[in-house]
Amino acid sequence: MSRRLAVENLQRAFGGVQAVRGVSFALDAGEVLALIGPNGAGKTTCFNLLNGQLRPDAGTVRLDGVDIVGLPPRRVWRMGVGRTFQITATFASMTVRENVQMVLLSVHRRLFGLWTPAAAGFRDEAMALLERVGMGAQAERPCGVLAYGDLKRVELAMALAGDPKILLMDEPTAGMAPGERQELMALTSSLVRERGLAVLFTEHDMDVVFGHATRIIVLDRGQLIAEGSPDAVRADPRVQAVYLGGAA
Amino acid sequence: MSFYLVQFLSGLATAATLFLVSSGLTIVFGVTRIVNFAHGSFYMLGAYLGWTLVERWGGTPLGFWGAVAAASLAVGLLGALMEVGLLRRLYRSPELFQLLATFGVVLVMQDAASWIWGSEDLLGRRAPGLRGSVDILDQPFPLYDLVLIGLGPLVLGLLWLLFNRTRWGTLVRAATQDRDMASALGVDPARLFTGVLFLGSALAGLGGALQVPREAVNLHMDMAIVVEAFVVVVVGGMGSLTGAFVASLLIGQLQAFGILVFPQITLVLVFLFMAVVLVIRPYGLLGRAEDAPPTAASPGPPLIAAAGMARWVPALLLALLAAVPLVAGDYALIVLTEVVILALLAASLHLLIGLGGLVSFGHAAYFGLGAYGAALLVKHLAAPMPLALAAAPLLAGLGALAAGWFCVRRSGLYFAMLTLAFAQIVWSVTFQWYGFTGGDNGILGVWPPDWAAGKAAYYWLTLALAGGALLLLRRAAFAPFGYTLRAGRDSALRAESVGINVRRHQWLSFALAGSAAGLAGGLYAFAKGSVFPTLMAVPVSVDALVMVLMGGIQTLSGPVVGAALFHLLETEAMSRTDWWRLVLGAVILVLVLAFPKGVAGFVRDLWTRGRES
Repeated sequence: MSRRLAVENLQRAFGGVQAVRGVSFALDAGEVLALIGPNGAGKTTCFNLLNGQLRPDAGTVRLDGVDIVGLPPRRVWRMGVGRTFQITATFASMTVRENVQMVLLSVHRRLFGLWTPAAAGFRDEAMALLERVGMGAQAERPCGVLAYGDLKRVELAMALAGDPKILLMDEPTAGMAPGERQELMALTSSLVRERGLAVLFTEHDMDVVFGHATRIIVLDRGQLIAEGSPDAVRADPRVQAVYLGGAA
Repeated sequence: MSFYLVQFLSGLATAATLFLVSSGLTIVFGVTRIVNFAHGSFYMLGAYLGWTLVERWGGTPLGFWGAVAAASLAVGLLGALMEVGLLRRLYRSPELFQLLATFGVVLVMQDAASWIWGSEDLLGRRAPGLRGSVDILDQPFPLYDLVLIGLGPLVLGLLWLLFNRTRWGTLVRAATQDRDMASALGVDPARLFTGVLFLGSALAGLGGALQVPREAVNLHMDMAIVVEAFVVVVVGGMGSLTGAFVASLLIGQLQAFGILVFPQITLVLVFLFMAVVLVIRPYGLLGRAEDAPPTAASPGPPLIAAAGMARWVPALLLALLAAVPLVAGDYALIVLTEVVILALLAASLHLLIGLGGLVSFGHAAYFGLGAYGAALLVKHLAAPMPLALAAAPLLAGLGALAAGWFCVRRSGLYFAMLTLAFAQIVWSVTFQWYGFTGGDNGILGVWPPDWAAGKAAYYWLTLALAGGALLLLRRAAFAPFGYTLRAGRDSALRAESVGINVRRHQWLSFALAGSAAGLAGGLYAFAKGSVFPTLMAVPVSVDALVMVLMGGIQTLSGPVVGAALFHLLETEAMSRTDWWRLVLGAVILVLVLAFPKGVAGFVRDLWTRGRES
């Protein structure tokens, strides 16, 4: 049986710097997989390789058995890969609700309509998604004025609007207060159960990682150095060396 | 052989001047991000001041060079003054608003120069000690031009020392790369900007003053040079002085030899060259991606669909306008017809700027294509007016589809300059293809048939077609099409990652805007009864831009208000005074300072504030 996401031997260099070298891992539905590693380990590059932002020098990325390498991000998204960004990216000139409606319009391929107002399209669906992430009360506010933590929730709602099979979350809780972090990750975990999602996320907050990941992979200088359950990874001497700066 | 050598050398002399002016432009743009149209005016002013001073002191070499230096310094001071008195008040305004302000300065300076120096061309005296020529392989070559050739690298060297060996220069480079970081380091941006405007303007003034012995000083020097300087900056790569130098050399040679090799397309050679460079090297010859600043309009507040009573304003306005012929005379109807047409032109440009963040410097091309499309059909095929009016948006839309395909592959000022390049190509083809388009004689006798010949009848026709198109554009802005365009502007990254093909959407918007402008052009042709190449020349593109910015880019009514305001002002001022540029420029400056969000934006703020309280 093919895995939901199967990554094999992913490579990418920038100039002379090998940012990602030979990364392989797999992800199944229902998993919350954390990708951790020190700054500069290649986490964001990995994400960009997975959703088509960057093209790998070598390697394959299979989604339900289909190779998606070389597809642009919009095609990868249509195949079921949603994404949130390390630095939130939303449509600042629209309201929160319109942000989600925009995604729904794209899902239903209604982007070229010249007559019917966009604000009328998929209103209820958008509101339902916003309620789900706890942003219903702020639906009519312009996205440009939201607090950072709220923006992250809007991004999550936007990613869910595409009804993804896989959710890539790049530092989903960065910039949030500790309480907010746990809340957002708890929400993510419940979404995984509800929808049979598979989540891959990066995170610097170890409480979040060990509290919510079902499995962890560790990246250091572009290479995977450990993989396993939270307990196994916590006990792994190589991981401790990387994080505690011990003998390399 | 010797002929080619002399040609080569005169190309180098041209390049030296180009470099002086464009180095100033690239420095100012790099730090302040302002598209400074007034840069050409500073060049012109340098030439006029230089002329006056050289007449007075230019008998001796010391006097001559002193005069050139004094003119340059004076222009530099004026540039600094413009920063302190005008631009500094606008840094918190929407981007591009400073562009409007500098255009006001252009108009004021034109009339100021005309008032002080008159409209006759002025011939300056030759530089003492450099009057003669030297023989180069038996061909005479002006001595003065040889000095100019040496001056280019000299100034490049001095600027390099300034930017790499002095603290001030290092700060300027830091601010060019990251403005926020520079101010976090304790650099006072206001003082830095003043200094940069001084330096940039002084370089323009120097370039102008140095022209005195070479060519007649006249009132058209400003726009010609600023367009060329922008080409140089873009070809060289934004923010790169060496790039500007290399680009100046290439373009100087292109002008020197282009006239020999391609006499048919001399007008457009430079723009073709720029287009080719940008297609191959997206950021110019020596530019880097990270130096390319986004000139896209920053995302504004959400578009608010009019609610309550305000919803009926457009319909009410249309009804009111439809009733005007009952009371107004022919003259008022002619002016009003033009206003309605220009409103459509401005609104079509606003679709790109306001919703897409795509600033076009060449929107006149599609206005002109529409006008010529209609006129050519009438002239060559004796087509009836309805057919010609239907063809106008079609032809313009096709033109925009073709040009847009290239343009949307670049962003910011590079996009703007590509649109300008295509507009110039269309213009020069029209201008130089005598047999088909009549060249600068234009096409005459494009009159509406009897049923639409009356001023009132044609006004109603215009109102119906242009008004209908305006309502459609408005509808499209609130429809998914407009939202998708804004999504691409707000965050291309996010848009692409939710399935939106940003580039394709921008391309289609470009075509839609082009065809709307084409309809405006077709209507304009029949309103005037004639078409001329000036319809698609740079000033029309700039006028359209000014209309959009005057009204305010953040509201959909902005371009309509701006077009009405601009055209009525211009018509009024022109009918009352010869100094209409001065009046118009002064009004623009006052508007910019009083309503930093544009007139329509100001009214909307009043409205929302009134409703909230």
